[in-house]
Amino acid sequence: MQRYDAIIIGAGHNGLVCAARLARAGRRVLVLEAADQPGGLAARHEFHPGFRACPAHTAAHFSARIATDLGLSGGALPTAPRLVGLASDGAHVVVENGAVTGVGAEDADAFRELDALLDRFAATLEPFWGRTIPRIGGPRLADKLPFAQLGFALRRLGRERLHEFLRIAALPARDLLDERFEHPLLKATLGWDGLVGSRMAPRSPNGAVLAMLYRRGRQAWAPSKLIDALVATATSAGAELRTGTRVTRVLVEGAADGIAATGVELADGEQLRADSVVSSADPQTTFLRLVGVRHLDVGFTNRIRRLRAGGLVAKLHLALAEAPRFTGLDSPAGRLLTAPTMDAIEFAFDDAKYGGVAAQPVLEVAVPSLDDASLAPAGQHVLSAHVMYVPHALEGGWTDAARDAIAERAIDVLERHAPGLRRSIVAREFLAPPDIEARHGVAGGHWHHGDFAMDQLLMMRPTYDAAQYRTPLPGLWLCGAGCHPAGDLTGLAGDNAARELLR
Amino acid sequence: MNATDPYAGERLLLSPFHPRQQAYNLRDAWGAWNGYKFADHYYDAEYEYFCIRNQCGTYDICPMQKYEIRGRDAAAMLNRMVTRDVSRIGIDRVAYTVWCTDEGRVIDDGTIFRLAEDRFMLNCGSPCTAWLRQSAYGFADVEVRDVSDSLAGLSLQGPTSCAVLKRMGLTGIEQAKPFEIRHFPFAGTTLRVSRTGFTGDLGYELWIAREQALELWDALYAAGADYGIQPYGEAATNMARLEAGFIMPFMDFTEAFKTVRFEHDQTPFELGLGWLVDFDMPHFSGRAALLEERRRGPAWTLARLDIEGNWPADGSIVYDSEACRKDIGYVTSAMWSPAVKANIALAMLRSEHLRGPIWVEIYKSKDLRPYRRMARASLRKGPFWAPPRARQTPPSDH
Repeated sequence: MQRYDAIIIGAGHNGLVCAARLARAGRRVLVLEAADQPGGLAARHEFHPGFRACPAHTAAHFSARIATDLGLSGGALPTAPRLVGLASDGAHVVVENGAVTGVGAEDADAFRELDALLDRFAATLEPFWGRTIPRIGGPRLADKLPFAQLGFALRRLGRERLHEFLRIAALPARDLLDERFEHPLLKATLGWDGLVGSRMAPRSPNGAVLAMLYRRGRQAWAPSKLIDALVATATSAGAELRTGTRVTRVLVEGAADGIAATGVELADGEQLRADSVVSSADPQTTFLRLVGVRHLDVGFTNRIRRLRAGGLVAKLHLALAEAPRFTGLDSPAGRLLTAPTMDAIEFAFDDAKYGGVAAQPVLEVAVPSLDDASLAPAGQHVLSAHVMYVPHALEGGWTDAARDAIAERAIDVLERHAPGLRRSIVAREFLAPPDIEARHGVAGGHWHHGDFAMDQLLMMRPTYDAAQYRTPLPGLWLCGAGCHPAGDLTGLAGDNAARELLR
Repeated sequence: MNATDPYAGERLLLSPFHPRQQAYNLRDAWGAWNGYKFADHYYDAEYEYFCIRNQCGTYDICPMQKYEIRGRDAAAMLNRMVTRDVSRIGIDRVAYTVWCTDEGRVIDDGTIFRLAEDRFMLNCGSPCTAWLRQSAYGFADVEVRDVSDSLAGLSLQGPTSCAVLKRMGLTGIEQAKPFEIRHFPFAGTTLRVSRTGFTGDLGYELWIAREQALELWDALYAAGADYGIQPYGEAATNMARLEAGFIMPFMDFTEAFKTVRFEHDQTPFELGLGWLVDFDMPHFSGRAALLEERRRGPAWTLARLDIEGNWPADGSIVYDSEACRKDIGYVTSAMWSPAVKANIALAMLRSEHLRGPIWVEIYKSKDLRPYRRMARASLRKGPFWAPPRARQTPPSDH
């Protein structure tokens, strides 16, 4: 029987980055993917003949360092997609290349100032997203070094900027933006990246500002092309990829020194062995479903169980006979937001907190077929929308009628910004968080495998004892978005995990 | 709600044995345990202590927390929670155990009764519902039920205890070995008797539905009249358990979730309970931390001290020299032991000082004036007091 050095559960982008790194270091690597297509939440799915989409519709912040290290070719975009705050009258706010248009001169100046400041903060933090954060209180110097370096890096910002960083780090997005800007649409637009995917709204204190800093810079890709490039680099390095192969459990066996993960069992009962089992699945799926609580300590299990990992984003995919035409916009390129004010976002969140969905959900819209023509037949397009906020546990339960009602509301919002869009719809697919959970095997249907929140970041992501990619179960490793640094298509978690595995 | 008593919800609960115990409590010396009104002593602590050493006495264990754990996964769930191998407890047998945090710190100690292949009872001094629920999470078939209020428990301890039970008609009870459980028909229900206790002497614990508690009491006291049966309270228990070398939460250790400073909790190795940790089990909660603790050796050791003189060393600080050069620990429980005729104590000492001289600084008040004495102490191995009758089967009638 073939024995592997590492079996990686899940061919999401982090699993593929990890596989590529391990394979290039000479390890025998097998990647097992339950779905028929690799890519995880960036895997293409044909929802109507000829039309394909994936939950992640942009990959704006993939690590350029990893792309270079792995020799990824075939598709980095020249610039990050622009961010457009849609106004139904066409008076849009457009954020592109470090400048904003559609607002007054004062707001434009304030934007340049904030943008420069956030760039500086993001540059300070960037090295720390891409390295392992040790647990606090470790006995070795190496355990203390990153904290000392972080402290030193922050100190180098200078007194004034350091104070500002400490002041705003846990600030609600709203407070930060109200301090600096007047234009309501600009504020709603700028706050978006602090919130999207997490259980947070503009008024929520916690990780919004850190999320804004995490989602800056690096390299933009079309998600589909990023996955193709990662599959190519991993397999050409010798990693074996098996799709349509569901792992049902991690094999745990007693060893002389206790128990250890020794391999995986597949849905058909086949057992595969490896020295390391590396899970890119989310922590709850990994520990509670694939490993099983009986192999884990009680306190650890409880912390994993308590992770806030309920998804609040639904997906709407539209097959369109033609490119959508948004009022007052030259092209539908970029990420288009339908949140007129921060209150609109807040109110949508308020509804979701109590199991409801706002009458006017807020959407982030993209047309991925603009960057990857293979996603739709020639001349036709795929529109993808993140619909916020849609609770995992909808009051009254998830029925087809409930899905249709929310999809209709989202389409109504779109129609208001792109009159005539409804007529061009060939087919549609609506995925509520439980649908994303079922299709992609991610607990709660949460994009980031757990909220981007201060208590679930750094050496606390997903929880201490598993935050350095190694887990309390010897032989089992994590490499997914549930680990430091977090979700989004950055590749950093998979890369960090591979480095630890190769130590 | 009780319309006539505005404080009804605040009042202490009454044990099902309370109507009888109240009559005995000449001193109205009540304290509280887990929300129950509970006797510190009834008449005189030393008198009650001598009753349980020379005759027999009853101790109300109704306030103890009792959990029934049943289901196909009950054994697996407990095996992951506690440090002992539950699968090795035979049916109708009892095992003493501890359970620990992931960090290997003692949450509590208690006894596990195996009542059937898939049915257990866990007894412990403090409420444990939260930890049990967390421990049961993820197991498909296990039910944890708190039976603390519905199951009455009465401990019968002392050299004449077996004779009293025989007189009461529990035929064959003398054949029960230590840590064995027997069942008897009683008052239309089943009386469960376990040969267990907290005094280090011959003794039994009687378990019955709350409704039959008084019937049990009356039958027991009728049978025990000629054997000197007498209720005893917390103070006498504390003397007896110390002689036996048993530890008491909040005296000899603080439960891990209840320390104010997190480093003030203790591992089983520090408490001398390393023998309860079964590393033959491939996994249980805290195993990795305890393995490391065993390798490193415990920082502290709960030592049994024999202290010169007769001044009880309650609350004393322990030093490495008569001149108090370095403090090496503290006394957790102390008494003059009538059974051993020695000045005994449990003390938490820094392990590296166990081999050196041990001096205890004792203060004693005489007519309100404090007097200080430095007393030399030596280590004792094993319990201070362990009479053969405690383990004899069948026990003699005395």
